[in-house]
Amino acid sequence: MRIGIPSETSAGEKRVATVPDVVEKLIKLGFKVAVESGAGDGANCSDDTYRAAGAEIIVGAPQLWAASDIVLKVNVPTSAEVELMREGGTLIGFIWPAQNPELMKQLAAKKATVLAIDCLPRQLSRAQKMDALTSQAGVAGYRAVIEAANVFGRFFNGQITAAGKVPPAKVFIAGAGVAGLAAIGTAAGLGAIVRANDTRAEVADQVKSLGGEFVKVEYEEEGSGGGGYAKVMSEGFQQAQREMYAKQAREVDIIITTALIPGKPAPRLITAEMVQSMKPGSVIVDMAAERGGNCELTEPGKAVVKHGVTIVGYTDLNSRLAKQSSTLYANNLYRLTEELCKTKDGTISVNMEDDAIRGLTVIKDGEITWPAPAPKLPVAAPKPAAAAKVAPPPAHGNRGAPSSPGKTAVLFGAVALLFLLIGAYAPAAFLGHFTVFVLACFVGYMVVWNVTPALHTPLMSVTNAISSIITIGALVQIAPPHGLLSSFTDRPDGWIRLLAVVAIALTAVNMFGGFAVTRRMLSMFRK
Amino acid sequence: MSASLATVSYIGAIILFILSLGGLSNPETSRRGNLYGIIGMTIAVLATVFGPRVSAAGISWIIAAMVVGGSVGLYAARKVQMTQMPELVALMHSLVGISACLIGFANYIDPTASLHLSGAEKAIHEIEVYLGILIGAVTFSGSLIAFGKLSGKIGGKPMLLPGRHFMNLLGLLVVIAFGWQFLHAQTISAGMLGLTVMTVIALLFGIHMVMAIGGADMPVVISMLNSYSGWAAAATGFMLSNDLLIVTGALVGSSGAILSYIMCRAMNRNFFSVIAGGFGTGGGKPAKAGGDAQPAGEVVSINAAEAAELLREAKSVIIVPGYGMAVAQAQHAVYEIAQFLREKGVNVRFAIHPVAGRMPGHMNVLLAEAKVPYDIVMEMDEINEDFPDTDVAIVIGANDIVNPAAQEEPGSPIAGMPVLEVWKARTSIMMKRSMATGYAGVENPLFYKENNRMLFGDAKKMLEEVLVALRT
Repeated sequence: MRIGIPSETSAGEKRVATVPDVVEKLIKLGFKVAVESGAGDGANCSDDTYRAAGAEIIVGAPQLWAASDIVLKVNVPTSAEVELMREGGTLIGFIWPAQNPELMKQLAAKKATVLAIDCLPRQLSRAQKMDALTSQAGVAGYRAVIEAANVFGRFFNGQITAAGKVPPAKVFIAGAGVAGLAAIGTAAGLGAIVRANDTRAEVADQVKSLGGEFVKVEYEEEGSGGGGYAKVMSEGFQQAQREMYAKQAREVDIIITTALIPGKPAPRLITAEMVQSMKPGSVIVDMAAERGGNCELTEPGKAVVKHGVTIVGYTDLNSRLAKQSSTLYANNLYRLTEELCKTKDGTISVNMEDDAIRGLTVIKDGEITWPAPAPKLPVAAPKPAAAAKVAPPPAHGNRGAPSSPGKTAVLFGAVALLFLLIGAYAPAAFLGHFTVFVLACFVGYMVVWNVTPALHTPLMSVTNAISSIITIGALVQIAPPHGLLSSFTDRPDGWIRLLAVVAIALTAVNMFGGFAVTRRMLSMFRK
Repeated sequence: MSASLATVSYIGAIILFILSLGGLSNPETSRRGNLYGIIGMTIAVLATVFGPRVSAAGISWIIAAMVVGGSVGLYAARKVQMTQMPELVALMHSLVGISACLIGFANYIDPTASLHLSGAEKAIHEIEVYLGILIGAVTFSGSLIAFGKLSGKIGGKPMLLPGRHFMNLLGLLVVIAFGWQFLHAQTISAGMLGLTVMTVIALLFGIHMVMAIGGADMPVVISMLNSYSGWAAAATGFMLSNDLLIVTGALVGSSGAILSYIMCRAMNRNFFSVIAGGFGTGGGKPAKAGGDAQPAGEVVSINAAEAAELLREAKSVIIVPGYGMAVAQAQHAVYEIAQFLREKGVNVRFAIHPVAGRMPGHMNVLLAEAKVPYDIVMEMDEINEDFPDTDVAIVIGANDIVNPAAQEEPGSPIAGMPVLEVWKARTSIMMKRSMATGYAGVENPLFYKENNRMLFGDAKKMLEEVLVALRT
C-alpha cells in the first residue's frame, strides 16, 4: 500500500507528518511512500532528502491524495482536503472529533477509515510510543522557555562576574503536564530558579525530579481528572489558588502557563492585576492561548507588551521547532503504523480488539466508531502514592511458599522415626554430641541464609578454612600423654604419627591458604 | 592447660566461627568476620596443642607439619588468580576430605581411642569411623575430579557410563556389606579389610559422581562438596567425641547444603537430578526445544563501533557477566567501560545470576577484583524489574541465564528457571564467540529478538575495541 504525505495547509504550519529517516523505516515495513513536493520544506526536509530515503515525490496535492491509500497528516484536514481523499482510504492525524462533527460526517461519507492520534488511550503504557500529544507538548514546552528567554532582558542563570553579581531568573510554571514538565526541565537547565504548581498533587515528585520546586495551594482537594488531565476545581480551591498566583506574580520574572481542561476553555489563572503587579521586563508565555489563554491579557498568536510585561501568546510553538516536532510526530506515526502492520508486508489491518487501536479509530470503513468505550486498563488506581512500596520482599529469608502439608508430614514422620531409633539404642554420651550437632545445624542454617549472595565465594573459602578445624583430630593423635599410653605397648606409634603429621600438613594448607585467600578476596570488595 | 580450660577455649572458638559466618552478611563486616575465623582457629589449635591430650613430644612434629603446610597454603593463596578460585576451592575441599580419611585410619589403628568403649558405644564409634572415612574419601576424590574439570585438565563433558545408577547402587550395597563385616571384626587387622575396600569404593564413587556432572552444574557440585567436607569434619568430631569439630562441621555442612539448594533453585533443578548427572555440554540427547525447533526472526550482528555507539547514547546500562567473561579474563576491560560510562553520568549496574560462573558468587569476586564497587553489583531479584527502564543490557559470555525460553516456552528443558530478563531492555547486546548453545544445550530465542544485537568475538578483545571506540 502507498502512504501519502501531503503538505500541511493551515496558515503558519511548518510541520510535516513524516521525515526522511522514518520514510526508510516505513519502506522496511513494506509500504511505498509518496511525498508532496515541498511538504517538508518548513521542517528542513527537502524533496531530495525524501527521494534519497526512497520516497516518490508527487507535485500537487490532488495528485498525491489520489495516489495514496493511507494519508498521514498533522493538522485536522480541511473539507477541501477531504474532498480530495480516495473513497475508502485511510487517514491518520489529528482530528479532534468532539470539536469537528461536520468533518467527521464528511469523512464517513467518504467511507474512510480514520485514526485520530488525539484519541489515543494515553493511559495504556503500550500506547506511549504513539502518543503524539505528549511528544508535541514536550516540544512546545521547550520552545515556550526559549521564547521567554528571547524576550527576557537578562540571564537565566545567576553569575558572579567581574562586573557584578547577576541574580538568577525566577520562573513560575503553571500546570505540570507534559508541556509544563518540559518547560521546567528546560528552564532549570538554563540555570533559572523554577517553581511549578499543578492541581494534581501527585506530580510534585516529577517537578522535583526535573529540578523544580513544587508550590502547593494551601487547600485540600484532589484534582486528578483521569487520563492525565486535571479537572475543574471548587470555588474555595480557586480562591486559594488565585492568592498563590498573585504572590508568585509579584516574586517571579517569568510565568509560563500550560493549564488546559479537556473540552473546556482554558482556565483564567493570571488576571490583569497580577500582570500589573509583575516587575517591568517580566515575561508571560501563555501556552493555552489557542484555547482562550490562561492570562486575561493574552492575545492569541501575538507577543504584546502590557504594563511593561511581555505576554507571548504564540499558538504555533511547534512550528517554531518544526524539524524536532516533525521528527517526533513522524516516529509516533511510525510506531502506530507498525502496530497496524504486524505482518510487515506493507498492508494495514485495523484490529478493533486492540485497546489502543480501538481508541484511535474514530471512523472504520465509513462508520463512526467514536467515542470508543473506555479501555479496560487501568482501573485508575486512585491513590498510587500509597501503594508505591508494598512490603519489600524479605531480603533473603524468603524461601517461597511453605511446602505442602503432606510432604511436611512425611518429613516429620521420618525425623521422628530416626529420633526414636537413636533414642532407643544410642548411649548417653552420643546423645550429648547429637544434641550439639542438631543445634549447630540449625545455627548454621540461620547464619548462612543471611549471607549476601555476592559473598558466596568468600563464604565457601572461609568455611573451607574453618573446616580445617579437623586438624584437631590429628593433633590429639600425634603424641598423647604417656599416662594413657603406658598400658598399651602395641600402639603403632610410628604409623599413627605419620598419618597425623600428613593430615596436619594438609589441613594447614587449607587453614592458612583458606583464610589468606578469603582475606584477599574480601579486601577487594569496595564501594 | 587443664581439660576445662581447653573446653572453654573450644566454646570461644565456636562462637568466633559463628560470628565469622555471620559477618559475611555484608561486605562491610565481612573482613572482620574473616578475622574472627582466624582468631577462632588460632585459639582452637593452641588450646589443643597445649591442652591435656598432646604431650611435649609432639610439639616439634606439629610445628614442622604446620610450617610446611602453612607456607604451601599461603603461597597458593597469594598466587591464585581470581578466575581460578573455583579450582582452588575444589582442591582445598579435597584436602579436608583426605585429612578426614587419614585421621579416621589413624584413629582406628590407635587402641587407646576405643579404650573405654564397650558394646553399643564401641559399635557407634566404629560406625563413626567408617562414615567419617567414607565421606572423607568421597569428598577427596570428588573434589579432585571437580578440580580437574574446572581447570580444564579433564573435559567438561559429563561422562556417562552405561548402567551408572546400577553401579552406584551396587557400590552402596558392597559398602554396607563390608560395613557389617567391619563392625563384627574382632581385631584391628581384621577390620582393616572392610575399611580399605570401602575406601576404594568411596573414592571410585566420588570420581564417578563428579565425572557424570556437566559444566553448567559445577556450582551445585562445588557447593555440595563444600557441604561434604563439613559433614566429614562433623563425623570426625563424633569419632573423637569433640564438640568443637561437630559444631564446626555442622556449620560448614549446612552452609554448603544451603548453597547447593540456592544454586539448584537458581537453575530450577532438583538436587537429585543434578547429582544423577548428565545435564551439560553435549549431553547424550540433543535437547529439543518444545514446539518449533528454530526460533523465528533474524540475528542482527553488529561490530564494536556500533556497540559503542549504542552505549554512548544510553542513560542506563546493565551488564550481565557470565562464565565467558571469566574465561576471557575480561573483567578489567568491563570495569574500564563501566568506569568510562559512569564518569559520563550513565547509570551502570551489574546483574548477577546466582549460577553465573562456576561457583556461587564467582562473578562477584571477579568484579571485585577489577575494582567494581559492590554497591552497583546487583542480584537477580534486585535488578530484574529494572530492565524495562534500561537502555542497553550487555550480556558478556552468558547464555542460559538470559534465555527467554525459560519463561516463554513451557516445553523447553530450562523452562521455569529464573533468568535475567535482558530482552526487556530497549536494546540488548549479546557478546559471544558464536551462535552455539549454552551448557544446557538449548537454543536461545534471545538471539532472534528484534531488540537484540550480537557482538561476536572474544569477550576481552571485543570489550577493548568497544572501549577504544567509546574514547574516540
